[in-house]
Amino acid sequence: MAKLTFKGGIHPYDGKDLSKNKPIVDADATDIMVYPLSQHIGAPAKPIVSVGERVLGNQKIAEADGFVSSPIYASVSGTVKAIEPRRVVTGAKAMSIVIENDHMYEIAPPIPVQPIAAMTQEEVIGLVKEAGIIGMGGAGFPTHVKLSPKNPDQIHYIIANCAECEPYLTSDYRRMIEEPEKLVSGLKIMISLFKHAKGILAVEDNKPDAIKLLKELTIDEPRIEVKALKTKYPQGSERQLIYATTGRAINSTMLPADAGCIVDNVDTIVAIYHAVIEGKPLTERIVTVTGDAIRFPQNYRVKCGTLYSSLIEAAGGFKDAYPEKIISGGPMMGRALFDLDVPTTKASSALLCLKKDEVKASKPSNCINCGMCVQVCPSRLIPSRLADFAEHLDKEKFEKYNGLECVECGSCSYICPAKRQLVQSIGTVRKQVLADKRNKK
Amino acid sequence: MNENINVSASPHIRNKLNTSMIMFMVIIALLPATLFGIYNFGIRAALIVFVCIVGAVASEFIYEKLMKLPVTIGDLSAVVTGLLLALNLPSSIPWWIALLGSVFAIIIVKMLFGGIGQNFMNPALGARCFLLICFTARMTNFTYDGVSTATPLAVLKSGGSVNAWDMLTGFIPGTIGETSVIAILIGAIILFIFGIIDGKIPFAYIITFVLFLILFADQGRDPYYLTCQLCGGGLMLGAFFMATDYATSPITDSGKILYGICLGIMTGIFRVFSSSAEGVSYAIIFCNLLVPLIENITLPKCFGKGGEA
Repeated sequence: MAKLTFKGGIHPYDGKDLSKNKPIVDADATDIMVYPLSQHIGAPAKPIVSVGERVLGNQKIAEADGFVSSPIYASVSGTVKAIEPRRVVTGAKAMSIVIENDHMYEIAPPIPVQPIAAMTQEEVIGLVKEAGIIGMGGAGFPTHVKLSPKNPDQIHYIIANCAECEPYLTSDYRRMIEEPEKLVSGLKIMISLFKHAKGILAVEDNKPDAIKLLKELTIDEPRIEVKALKTKYPQGSERQLIYATTGRAINSTMLPADAGCIVDNVDTIVAIYHAVIEGKPLTERIVTVTGDAIRFPQNYRVKCGTLYSSLIEAAGGFKDAYPEKIISGGPMMGRALFDLDVPTTKASSALLCLKKDEVKASKPSNCINCGMCVQVCPSRLIPSRLADFAEHLDKEKFEKYNGLECVECGSCSYICPAKRQLVQSIGTVRKQVLADKRNKK
Repeated sequence: MNENINVSASPHIRNKLNTSMIMFMVIIALLPATLFGIYNFGIRAALIVFVCIVGAVASEFIYEKLMKLPVTIGDLSAVVTGLLLALNLPSSIPWWIALLGSVFAIIIVKMLFGGIGQNFMNPALGARCFLLICFTARMTNFTYDGVSTATPLAVLKSGGSVNAWDMLTGFIPGTIGETSVIAILIGAIILFIFGIIDGKIPFAYIITFVLFLILFADQGRDPYYLTCQLCGGGLMLGAFFMATDYATSPITDSGKILYGICLGIMTGIFRVFSSSAEGVSYAIIFCNLLVPLIENITLPKCFGKGGEA
């Protein structure tokens, strides 16, 4: 049988050996904890605490502002020191709540929950919203919005995105190995919300032990299936994952729900389990601290708001020399940091420190029209042409050549022998075109 | 805050394969044909190869210096152009004609249009056709074992009989690099193994050409004739090494097949209906001009709009 996958994609060095056998350990919270109000897609949360106020761990400190928004909880007890703009991973300053950690770790009572069987679907989704759960794979889309499609009866598949196709990342893998029951329970809660839904645990086949564990756990679950996917980047990209597991294809104008699918990442589903069963809000996540410049790579359970700099200290600091590049997230879609005193958020999956910056070492030259970008593009575009149009700001041609369908996975820039900054050019103009469209409306 | 760390947009890793390595692989893949050519035609062939490569690299270097452009000879593409041109010349050509050809290839066909990747026509073939027009007699004078002889294709055209085995191994008159089908195929296999080229263009080309001969050539249904047509002239060298030139072939998958079909038809027309026995060079540079049109009508369907399978 042909392996489940999509057309295109790349096979970069995956670096997972550095941290895949390192169990999850708790990372210490920092003295100063920073909670940006906008950790999700949608309206920023509204603070409900004031400066000088004492807060407890798991206490709500900012509430959702509208439907597409998400509340924020304190992950430690302490005093609100400031509500002010603070540097975040993007490099910009964003309004944040700053809490001075008193290291007492007192926690507020949990959100009241009832046994799952006694709750209506609305109540369960309400709990997911109340707990501040967002897509933890990186994009940060509020999960309760995903769980509230127009036609709930048309949802056929809940896909647990266990692909973890980004190189170096092992946080989802450790979750699957160490707490697979929580993942399965979380998925069962999600399935119970939709009459016709089947659950799919979609795992790349470079994690055979995780596949085996999940298969054993779901052997008596008629509505859950474990599917092994070909190991290839970007297998975990939403559109490519839906196609690989269900054969359904969506484009940029559609949502997964239009194809009867809901896709959520491992950590997100575990967070749903914690919220619905234990009434625990989302305040911590697993972060892989890794890279050839890190002395002791490790997977950490991190209280959101902890500063990145402390994670590097926890992992034994830098090995040999100071790294040339430090990335929040994976090497394909993560963000390069220039300041380590920025907070981890609900969407931080990794801290990657690389001794050598391959981007600096490769100088862009003329396109030789080799077509490798066309071969690897999962959206079946012509990246080299799109980048030309983007560089000439030819938005009309850019749209005609389907530039808006780009998922910005970066495969084209990775493979390009002329080392052109393809996805960088395409992504910039794509955002401009989308903004133009919004302004017209 | 540390000022020594780099900040750039994702992705942060790059594949090791770069332009120079691709060109180097092409040079390696051309070595069997080159070495066989030198063995077959003697030391003069080596001289022509040398002159063409030096001429091409020097032209690019001098042009870029004069125009105050960054020097790009390190990408080895000029070496490939020079080598391909040499393989397309008869060994008896005077060295200064070879030099003129390589200067023409680099300056006129490549650099004036913007350098590597920007040329609309294969530089080596552009130069070959230029020389064919300017020095017709010298370009079509094939000396073999010290005597001036006709190429097997020319013999075939005039109704004579030829030895297909010699055409396969390459012990026949012709240009330096085109005679040995076996040496060319070894090179082609190297390119396939390392993923430098894919089979769409060469196989669409060769299959279309055979079908054309079967339909339109008088002896088209004679397997012996077909074999000689396949092994003769520049077809194999052209199909695997020149029609697949990145810059002058379509980037789309279906475009590559369509381009191969156009090449097969044009080569067939030239070989069957024209007064010349050979037609690969003209077919390729003609079809180079069709590439933008071919790409326009073969834009791939994107994912989510029918292009996923």
